Amino acid sequence: MISKEEVQKIAGLARLELSEKEIEKMQKDLSSILDYFNILKKAPKPKDKSQSSKDAWNKNVLRKDTVIEKSASLANNLVEMAPDKKDGYIKVRSIL
Amino acid sequence: MELIDLTITQAHEGLKNKKFSSKELTLAYLKKIKKEDSKINAYLSITKDLALKQAEKADKIIREGKDFSILNGIPCSIKDSILVEGEKCTAGSKILENYIAPYDATVIKKIKENGAVILGKTNMDCFGFGSSTENSDFKITKNPHDLSRVAGGSSGGSAASIIAKEACFSIAEDTGGSIRQPASFCGAVGLKPTYGAVSRYGVCSYASSLDQLGPMAKNVEDIKTIFKIISGKDEKDATSQNYQFKELDVNMKGLRIGVPKEYFKEGIDKEVEKIIRTAIKKAEDNGAKIVEINLPSTEYALACYYIIAPCETSANLARYDGIKYGLSEKANNLLDVYLKTRGKGFNAEAKRRIIIGTYALSSGYYDAYYKKAQEVRQLVRQDFIDAFKKVDIIFAPVSPFPAFKIGEKSDDPMQMYLADIYTVSVSIAGLPAISLPAGKIGKLPVGLQIIGNYFEENKILGCATELEAILEVKK
Repeated sequence: MISKEEVQKIAGLARLELSEKEIEKMQKDLSSILDYFNILKKAPKPKDKSQSSKDAWNKNVLRKDTVIEKSASLANNLVEMAPDKKDGYIKVRSIL
Repeated sequence: MELIDLTITQAHEGLKNKKFSSKELTLAYLKKIKKEDSKINAYLSITKDLALKQAEKADKIIREGKDFSILNGIPCSIKDSILVEGEKCTAGSKILENYIAPYDATVIKKIKENGAVILGKTNMDCFGFGSSTENSDFKITKNPHDLSRVAGGSSGGSAASIIAKEACFSIAEDTGGSIRQPASFCGAVGLKPTYGAVSRYGVCSYASSLDQLGPMAKNVEDIKTIFKIISGKDEKDATSQNYQFKELDVNMKGLRIGVPKEYFKEGIDKEVEKIIRTAIKKAEDNGAKIVEINLPSTEYALACYYIIAPCETSANLARYDGIKYGLSEKANNLLDVYLKTRGKGFNAEAKRRIIIGTYALSSGYYDAYYKKAQEVRQLVRQDFIDAFKKVDIIFAPVSPFPAFKIGEKSDDPMQMYLADIYTVSVSIAGLPAISLPAGKIGKLPVGLQIIGNYFEENKILGCATELEAILEVKK
């Protein structure tokens, strides 16, 4: 069984507030799911390690680092969705 | 035949011959939704104003007498994880309850350019986390064939909207089976294309190395119509491929169909197995060559999926921080804004997946889980690559059982995850697959999964067209 402290530590890393009840349930669920993952220990190592690099969908796709013009209305729509804003800027609690 | 019974092709003919207008067709669907969706719960929101505006525009194009797109004036539903500008987009989660999409997803842009009419946004397990829509924060979609059962998930709302005649077709999303499994449970046709075949720009991300958009519809022909329009390269999605659909007629005669031994081992419902075996037999009777194949890494696929997907989820869902959009809980400092917003806005399943992912990626566990899962992913893919050297196409079940009772699996996450056992391998490998109605157990539909090689959607669709005619499954 995963300890309460371990669940709390992971939840902290994930920036999730969990209630006592949620932590308890998470200990149980996480333990049974991790037990299931043990099946992977039986899996063999892949034979050809270079295989993945040969695939078309594993290649990098880069674009030029240039400014792409967008309409002001799009920027406005985006800022509009922020819960806290002022004069077209998104307000955030002080970080430092 | 009523207007809402028509397929895309039939409705297009009707519009072309001026038998009815898009507005009449749209109103027929809106009426059906108003009358019956409170029983089915397919929709999270109805975009009536948008739909009527689009229908009028479509009718104007038709009146002008020019050639028009096959989707022009055809009403559809959209999974609620896909952005439609100016409309609510919740992805089934409270954390996005009041979020209004600031722009159109590329698929939406494409279907709008073709004149499609958007009726509303469909219910789903939040962010795609589930196989029954029971993880939606708003409602549970009922199976139109039996209201005590689930419609499947995560795109349960999309599948139900088609079968309940509340939409002519739907655009949905599949990460580990989210198009194929609800299509199987409800009796719709659903295609999960090759990874990269359709742009994901403007979609709420779940697991980026797996997510793929695709169509759901009443028959194979309609799936082909939609797929042709939505597929192809998009500069805004770097993983999208320069891919052009080419029509392919498939003759059952001589077609080599692979049947994976591992998919019929244990855990499959006997009646489901019978229906799948019958479909295979009918293909053989029509000249196909049935080849037993091995996919030896099948037993690892589910664990592999349930590591990789939550790992990517834990990263993707970091964006819901209470600052940029969505729910925001007031607090004295920034860290507490994060903790409280996410603690309140995510439901149990979202939290579970974020925790699993964060755990598997955390220092000390990375090698045992994430790295191992990536290695196993290679094995799963290699199995399919080897198989497609011997066969043209693969037949398999979509789900080990038909639609289950609401509440039957919702308390045990592991039981729910097992519902995805036949669909996740295909996702891990990035292959295309369709769910085609193959028969029924009582009232409950059962889908056959037809899996193709990379970017061979045309072979899948050609084969499915033939099989659809052979199987003659009653809707």
